Amino acid sequence: MGLISWYVVIPAATAFAITLVPKAKPMAIRWVASTGGFLLVLLSAIVSVKYWNLAAADIELLRTSMFTKLYMVEQWTWFKSIGIEYFVGVDGISVLMLDLTAIIIFTGSLASWYVTERPKEFFALLYTLVTGVFGVFVSFDLFLFFVFYEVAVLPMYLLIGIWGTGPRNYSALKLTLMLLMGSAGLLVGILALYHGSGIHSFNLIELSKIHFPEAFQLWVFPIIFVGFGVLGAIFPLHTWSPDGHASAPTAVSMLHAGVLMKLGGYGCLRVAIYLMPEGAIYWAMFFMALATVNILYGSLGAIKQKDLKYFTAYSSVSHCGFVLFGLLALNLMGIKGAVIQMFSHGIMTGLFFGLIGMVYGRTHTRMIPEMGGLAKVMPWLASAFYIGGLASLGLPGLSGFIAESHVFLGGFFGNQWHDITLMRTLTILATLSIVVTAVYVLRGLATVFHSTITNPEFEKLTDATLPEKISTGVLIAALAIGGMLPWLFVDLIEGSIFPFLNRLHESGMISSL
Amino acid sequence: MNELMTLTPGLYHWLLLTLLLFSVGLYGLLTRRNAVGVLLSTELMLNSAALNFVIFNRYMAPGFVDGSIMAIFIIAVAAAEVVVAMAIFVALLKLKKTADVTLMNELRG
Amino acid sequence: MRNAWLVPGIPFFSFLIVGLFIRPLSEKAAGWVATAALFVSAFFAYSIAWDYFSHFGIGHEGPALVPWAFEWLRYQDHLTATIGTLIDPISILLMVVVTTVSALVHLYSIGYMAGDDGYGRYFTFLNLFSFSMLGLVVAPNIVQMFVCWELVGVSSFLLIGYYYRKPSAVAAGKKAFIVTRFADLGFLIGILILGYFGIEAFPHIGAKIQQEMAGLSSIPIQAIDFAFINHPATAHYILTTAGTVLGLSTLAVACILIFMGCAGKSAMFPLHIWLPDAMEGPTPVSALIHAATMVVAGVYLVARLFPSFAAAGTPLDVVAFIGTFTCAFAAIIACTQDDIKRVLAFSTLSQLGYMMLALGVATAVSPLGHTASMFHLFTHAFFKALLFLAAGALIHGVHSNEIWDMGGLRKKLPVTHLTFLAATLAIAGVPPLSGFFSKDEILRAAVENHHPIVFGVALFVAGLTAFYMFRIYFISFWGDARSEKAEHAHEAPAVMLIPLIALALLAIFAGFVPMGEYLGTSHGGHHGIHWNIAIPATLAGLIGIALSAFMYTGTRERYVAVARALGGMYTVVKNKFYVDEVYLFVTKNIIFHYIARPIAWFDRHIVDGAINLYAWLTGALGRGLKPLQTGQVQTYSAWWISGAVFFIILLWMKLS
Repeated sequence: MGLISWYVVIPAATAFAITLVPKAKPMAIRWVASTGGFLLVLLSAIVSVKYWNLAAADIELLRTSMFTKLYMVEQWTWFKSIGIEYFVGVDGISVLMLDLTAIIIFTGSLASWYVTERPKEFFALLYTLVTGVFGVFVSFDLFLFFVFYEVAVLPMYLLIGIWGTGPRNYSALKLTLMLLMGSAGLLVGILALYHGSGIHSFNLIELSKIHFPEAFQLWVFPIIFVGFGVLGAIFPLHTWSPDGHASAPTAVSMLHAGVLMKLGGYGCLRVAIYLMPEGAIYWAMFFMALATVNILYGSLGAIKQKDLKYFTAYSSVSHCGFVLFGLLALNLMGIKGAVIQMFSHGIMTGLFFGLIGMVYGRTHTRMIPEMGGLAKVMPWLASAFYIGGLASLGLPGLSGFIAESHVFLGGFFGNQWHDITLMRTLTILATLSIVVTAVYVLRGLATVFHSTITNPEFEKLTDATLPEKISTGVLIAALAIGGMLPWLFVDLIEGSIFPFLNRLHESGMISSL
Repeated sequence: MNELMTLTPGLYHWLLLTLLLFSVGLYGLLTRRNAVGVLLSTELMLNSAALNFVIFNRYMAPGFVDGSIMAIFIIAVAAAEVVVAMAIFVALLKLKKTADVTLMNELRG
Repeated sequence: MRNAWLVPGIPFFSFLIVGLFIRPLSEKAAGWVATAALFVSAFFAYSIAWDYFSHFGIGHEGPALVPWAFEWLRYQDHLTATIGTLIDPISILLMVVVTTVSALVHLYSIGYMAGDDGYGRYFTFLNLFSFSMLGLVVAPNIVQMFVCWELVGVSSFLLIGYYYRKPSAVAAGKKAFIVTRFADLGFLIGILILGYFGIEAFPHIGAKIQQEMAGLSSIPIQAIDFAFINHPATAHYILTTAGTVLGLSTLAVACILIFMGCAGKSAMFPLHIWLPDAMEGPTPVSALIHAATMVVAGVYLVARLFPSFAAAGTPLDVVAFIGTFTCAFAAIIACTQDDIKRVLAFSTLSQLGYMMLALGVATAVSPLGHTASMFHLFTHAFFKALLFLAAGALIHGVHSNEIWDMGGLRKKLPVTHLTFLAATLAIAGVPPLSGFFSKDEILRAAVENHHPIVFGVALFVAGLTAFYMFRIYFISFWGDARSEKAEHAHEAPAVMLIPLIALALLAIFAGFVPMGEYLGTSHGGHHGIHWNIAIPATLAGLIGIALSAFMYTGTRERYVAVARALGGMYTVVKNKFYVDEVYLFVTKNIIFHYIARPIAWFDRHIVDGAINLYAWLTGALGRGLKPLQTGQVQTYSAWWISGAVFFIILLWMKLS
């Protein structure tokens, strides 16, 4: 078994191992879970370094390649009769996403240290879910991809329904149904690709060698894009996100906002834009306008929220808008920015939701107006919150800036197919969000942490414990490393983006669009 | 129609009989509230089917016995079926304290 | 000169080390390490200045070197943001000013902040600020400038809100950050425009500029480097090919947008509202960030991009207009404020207006204003930092910011008194103190480039400056003690007095630096005094002082009578022309109330409502079909049989 398969095996084995631990030993469960997470981080480090060395040699080749080049590939036939394969491998984009997922599941396990209700089932489901997420990022067979995708989405229902807070049944149902609606569209799209190609294969690389007719691309592209877009919280199908995040338990919010929402953007790029460049060119402006709405609307919506989780969820809607916005700029900087934003937002939101969980565990309220002056009793959590907030408003030195500056440049520079004035107008509208973000982040955080302590009960609260400090510390380090050494990102992903651009250019030349 | 108007009983007269028998059975099946009644109605329908076999054998293929064998086979199966069904009814009677099928709506979930 | 990176680098590493390792161990050590770092950094800044000018000589324009740089962020080809150090006369000037003032403020803070429970945090942030500011000063490209620009913004936010338990300090920090962030929006869009056209121009002129830069820069030139943007060929390309936006050339639009960022950082009207509130921070912070260094970043950026501004033309008129207006506007408000730090804040605004207007009146062929602006920046940094630190010593002694709580302090705080007096005389433009020389150059620049109105306003403001500065001087140091606290005031410790004395010497003698020679923009040794300008300027100052002495050394009735005579006008000025209230109305009532809240409502009720409606419809359909499922086999069979019959009939009809 190759290196990449371990990404699926480790979380699955962890989930299984957790089911073997006796219920009465919650400490053992936590240790098994965290160890699994740690192994995944280790694996990601190994894979990243290995990929780095392999891909560095190929950079010139990738600049002109039309096809994604995969590394560390494993390929076995699964169902020969209908052409389904177990086909896994990585390119730069998936390596970055795998790193993100590993960091989030590791820190998420630590942040859930104090889950007391049925910890065994909780961690087992969590690791089942994350098996699906890892699977999606490594599969290059559409069928396998879809199977893992569903594995990632479904445990969410139980996780929110059982361990959630507030109107959890409503939220869990809403989230699951909306996401399944997206996947229904996705399935239709994938089957259309399967049949349309005429090669009876789900292999993404094989499929990309087929040129799908233009008329076909024009109707399949939006189906797949929206199918993934639901998970990427595209306006107006984003409303599952605030409710879902608000009701979900800490680690689930972290995983969900941090990683699952990235599956949306990742799928849009990997499947929709990769296989259907002409469709992408045709639909780009429409979806870009929706993404602009996401960006502004999410950030304006966040200003008046009173619940910290709703606040963060709306901010996520805004930041996920940047992912779609960057992708649809259809140029190097835009797509690069979108991918970096996926990573950066994943870490940032993971940090936010983790911290909200920790604060909630102490104050037993998430209502912003009910809190105040907490910096005095929990300086660590307050500083971590501030660092997350500053990253979310795009402060240079943290990774948010790297992503957003790429996206803005990408949008402003435009591409050869679309009206540049329109793209610039949308970009300038999107830049407005940096001010709005500053407003809501500072308003929210200043209310929660500054001034004097409003509730005498809060005087007795304590600061972060060791697992919590490790959890937040790792996330902050990721934000800072990403922000200060951005060439790490660029070197990792740039080569893998060229094939997408080359395909777009090729189809832009031959089509009548 | 003309063939039905003659006094000599022929194929169509027999078929009319089995049709009536079947309809009575069907009606009973759909409307009886008592489980045993429902079972009796199925018996009527089975018998009408068995009778059909015999009739067709007599008129369409005289000299062969296939239809009669099938009728005997049906009688045997019906006997077995009654045994199973009665066992189920007894079990249901114990559980529900009634033999009224309209009260048995477990399928509704 | 290769070790120029140490100038911002030392504070950066010190920030990390102090913040992560020393602070948890010993707060006391944190202060000393942070301070030592800045003194070392200052040493390197001086050594670079020495190397540069001894190598290239003075009296002509020195070259812009990039002796050290590395690729930081590659956006695309020719659009790589580097981190590097740009060494040219104005960056050296700023390096020297920033490290000097910052080191002295660090030293002063050791005394001023003693015993405060956030001592280590304070020095960590102060180091962060120094690093960011120095990084901004040496930025060789506009992206590094923006990065450090934001970092100084955030360190300013953190330091203003240093007393985080005080709601007004938190609000002031927020306000400062958000207002400057809003201004940075313009800066960002300006960068996007310059970047785009830079990339468009690059294939045509990149090679040529690269050739000219050979030997000056250690890495290939990029489209966002200042050397590229400021090159006449780039300006020419953009002006000839980019077309116009709203009747202005694209270059002018980009420059005006960037100036918006500068106006935010340098607190020009109408984005000035954050600076007076920023005085909620500790006084040394006000001295360093909100007087001497960060607020001049806007002036510095305009100076840095001066060739582009000059090529576009219109932006300089905007700069001149805004600068002149702010200069007068702030000076008028300063006459009525009672909080000593706020008076100084408005005076800072006014002096920044001076620097801006000096840049605005300069042109490509006659860049005297550019030199004058940098000269004033240089002198102002010293005397304004001194004013704040002396005010800090006053506040430290009296425990109040109100000038009316002070009085008669010249005997109780003799060192503070003398240093404050020196700074006041310097800002009032009394010869031969530093402010006199720099103000003189600004006025001369206005006259020489034929801006009589600007000259008139600037002259008037010179008088006004003397008036309001001596107002606070007389009220706090002369007369009798007006409060219990002032009776028992005491002189500050030595660690605070040393920086005061050092800065006082600088404030007195900095004017004798032949700035024109160093910056190389004055033609033929113009440095010197121009009596036709110096006499009216000095007279204006002296009239201001005399008026102030008349009003504030005598009885209380005098100024009360003046205030009463001015009536409503006095109230309007005292309330800072109600600009804050207008902003508050716009943000609270219009943006929050009429935009943000409806959006939140819209999302919950309309968008989500549509989703829920869809869900409800599906549910309703299910409920409508539910009675069909009775659970009774008989019903099901009835349906089944009807269906079978139906299909048999259908089949029959089809076949027959």
